[in-house]
Amino acid sequence: MIPELGHFALVLALLLAGVQSILPLVGAAQGERRGALLMATGPSAAIGQMLFVALSFFCLMWSYAVSDFSVANVYQNSHSLKPMLYKLTGTWGNHEGSMVLWVLILALCSGAVAGFGQNLPATLRARVLAVLGMIAFGFLLFTLLTSNPFKRIWPVPEDGRDLNPLLQDPGLAFHPPFLYLGYVGTAVAFAFACAALIEGRVDAAWGRWVRPWTLAAWCALTLGIGLGSWWAYYELGWGGFWFWDPVENASLMPWLLATALLHSAIVVEKREALKVWTILLAILTFSLSLLGTFLVRSGVLNSVHAFANDPERGVFILMLLAVAVGGSLILFAWRAPALEPKGLFAPISREGSLVLNNLLLATSCAVVFVGTLYPLFADLLFGAKITVGPPFFNATVFPVFVPLLVAMGVGPLLPWKRADLWAALARLKLAALVVLAFAVVWIAAVDRRLLPALGFALALWLVLAAATDFADRVRLGRVPLAESFARARGLPRAIVGGIVAHAAVGICLAGIAGKGIAPERITLMRPGDVTTVGPHTLRFDGKADIVGPNWRGTEGRLTLLRDGREVAVLTPERRFYPVQRMSTTEASIRTSGLADLYAVIGETSEDGATVVRLHWNPLAPWIWVGTVLMALGGLISLSDRRLRVGAPARRRREALAPLAAAE
Amino acid sequence: MTRKRRRLWIVLLCGLGLGSAAALTLTAFEESLVFFHSPSDLAAKNIPPGRTIRIGGLVEAGSVDRTTTTDGKLQIAFRVSDGAASLRVTYTGILPDLFREGQGVVAEGMLTPDGSFRATQVLARHDETYMPPEVADALKRAGHWQPGEPPPPARDWNTLRPAASGGTSRLTN
Repeated sequence: MIPELGHFALVLALLLAGVQSILPLVGAAQGERRGALLMATGPSAAIGQMLFVALSFFCLMWSYAVSDFSVANVYQNSHSLKPMLYKLTGTWGNHEGSMVLWVLILALCSGAVAGFGQNLPATLRARVLAVLGMIAFGFLLFTLLTSNPFKRIWPVPEDGRDLNPLLQDPGLAFHPPFLYLGYVGTAVAFAFACAALIEGRVDAAWGRWVRPWTLAAWCALTLGIGLGSWWAYYELGWGGFWFWDPVENASLMPWLLATALLHSAIVVEKREALKVWTILLAILTFSLSLLGTFLVRSGVLNSVHAFANDPERGVFILMLLAVAVGGSLILFAWRAPALEPKGLFAPISREGSLVLNNLLLATSCAVVFVGTLYPLFADLLFGAKITVGPPFFNATVFPVFVPLLVAMGVGPLLPWKRADLWAALARLKLAALVVLAFAVVWIAAVDRRLLPALGFALALWLVLAAATDFADRVRLGRVPLAESFARARGLPRAIVGGIVAHAAVGICLAGIAGKGIAPERITLMRPGDVTTVGPHTLRFDGKADIVGPNWRGTEGRLTLLRDGREVAVLTPERRFYPVQRMSTTEASIRTSGLADLYAVIGETSEDGATVVRLHWNPLAPWIWVGTVLMALGGLISLSDRRLRVGAPARRRREALAPLAAAE
Repeated sequence: MTRKRRRLWIVLLCGLGLGSAAALTLTAFEESLVFFHSPSDLAAKNIPPGRTIRIGGLVEAGSVDRTTTTDGKLQIAFRVSDGAASLRVTYTGILPDLFREGQGVVAEGMLTPDGSFRATQVLARHDETYMPPEVADALKRAGHWQPGEPPPPARDWNTLRPAASGGTSRLTN
């Protein structure tokens, strides 16, 4: 009964999404007064749709919780012995379930626009809701037609086929929700862009409404990508954190454009410039999110973790992609020229630096796009099987990122409209000198490799530039300390968030550069053997058999020695999950916060020697600390009073006053 | 600064961005595209040793051989076959969890002058029932696997020969 209820709720949600995508649009076309009734259907339909999708999602989760194996989806992806946490998170650990999560998050966004958007102009809100309704309609249709999660099977199997063991991990259990929150969140900015095009008007208030949504989506996407790379680091056992795999790139591309959008929306808000570009960015960001969904689910790209290899689904998503991207771009071509440009500025100014930021981010996104999709086109056009691997991305993305990171330090110090570059640089003199001294000492005394040295120098530059910006704003050292403290407390949160996020990029970069100098050792060890990696000495004490709830395996014991004393024990494992007949590697990581000691065991040869791989990864934890801080910066900025969703109310009344007077 | 001049600035900047991106992409492509070849491709084409390529097929049953090299590393040797030709592959390091005889595998590395393949990386998939697309393609081209059928069982794999020409031949060139 419960699965049928879930299925029925999903169908009702589809119908409501249909209502939501048509009636408010018609109402908005009739005008603010005559269409008021039709426009009022928007919020009700959106909230109804949200409740029904939530009910449907709950029904699916319920089926997982009680292990109802008469549901095909539960049978294929769950097992009665699986821990409860993974039964629940397994709901979205497969294609069908993750689609329900996708539409649930979209419905929540719609509901939030309906609930919190009371201060938006009525026609704009109606149009935003209509566009969101159309997207929801497409994806609900996709879920119901090609990936129904509630399909029953008969006879009912005795037990399930279990979840892919690699997904039975907290890192991956919570990675998809954040990623989807990010992907789907960009739909709101997209809907705002489409609505503004239909409306034919983009102003500062529009920038003010779009930015919090973009910021929220960006935070979620940042956390989602961070969780994914953290999971790859500690669970896959290969010691790396970023593989430039097509599926990873699929999430990186919208992140790069969302970052650009975040910054260009500031220009729209403050200066009413870059309107057309910002609209285009909003459209492209969501298009890349859709493209990511398509790449991951269609199996067209050769990736280590593309799932759901099903051509029928691929074609359906490709059609959705074509309608959404094609439709919005046609709308853009038709309406964008009508948007009136405003706000002049000189090339050297805050706006100018934000244009540069957008240009470099868009360029890096373009090269990642080419590298990710070229194999697909090469296969279709020339029948050549090609891989574009890390060397390509390192060679193309690094040169674009270096100027971006250098400029990132300077940009926030430039004033709006017209700036004196030399004055800004003079304020950064101290930071630049420290970075230069560091680079010279590092290359001369520590490590001669150029790329990691450059990474460390840029990381230091970003942190120092952010600190300089902060010190300048609170007039540190020029006024009494108490006054500086008062100023710091009075700083707008948006500014604090920006400073934190920029410094966080530096911290993340330091972690990546640290990974670049990390030594690794792969060696054969017999019990009693001693080896070294980085500053550490380790003794291999042999292996033991271990048993878990739904797996069995072996555990290697490595003792960390310091001056001959035993300090700690590392226990890397190899697990075997009998239901899925699959093995996994569990790395053992000992972290000091400044560096990770990372151990993996491999197979044992006939003469009793085990392959042991050891990494000493200086600063590696900073990669994820940096990502979390970046998202935190976004959240601080999001909590700014001026950005609060209710805040534009007063401004709108002011903006509407002259219009009312003219009528 | 007039509107026209600002536009000129932006157009120039965009041109510069696009131009450098294109230049970067092209030079990087030149050096870093990795082509995939099946073992029978390698037998037919003349690929010079030393160029990074990917190969793939099924790991022949009974061909996996582990030896310890003089400098204390575990060297693994195995044969990768697409049913029409097979190739000896050597690799030092930790094999992926799903590496197994009869399983689809993709290896990146280069040919050595003695005609074997020195892998720098061995990739196997997350899912046991999953077949890397290149491998599936190579098998189909060698005439051993029809879409919709499960791949032939591992133990038969090293005794398979190219499909006999006749009614069921799927050898296409």
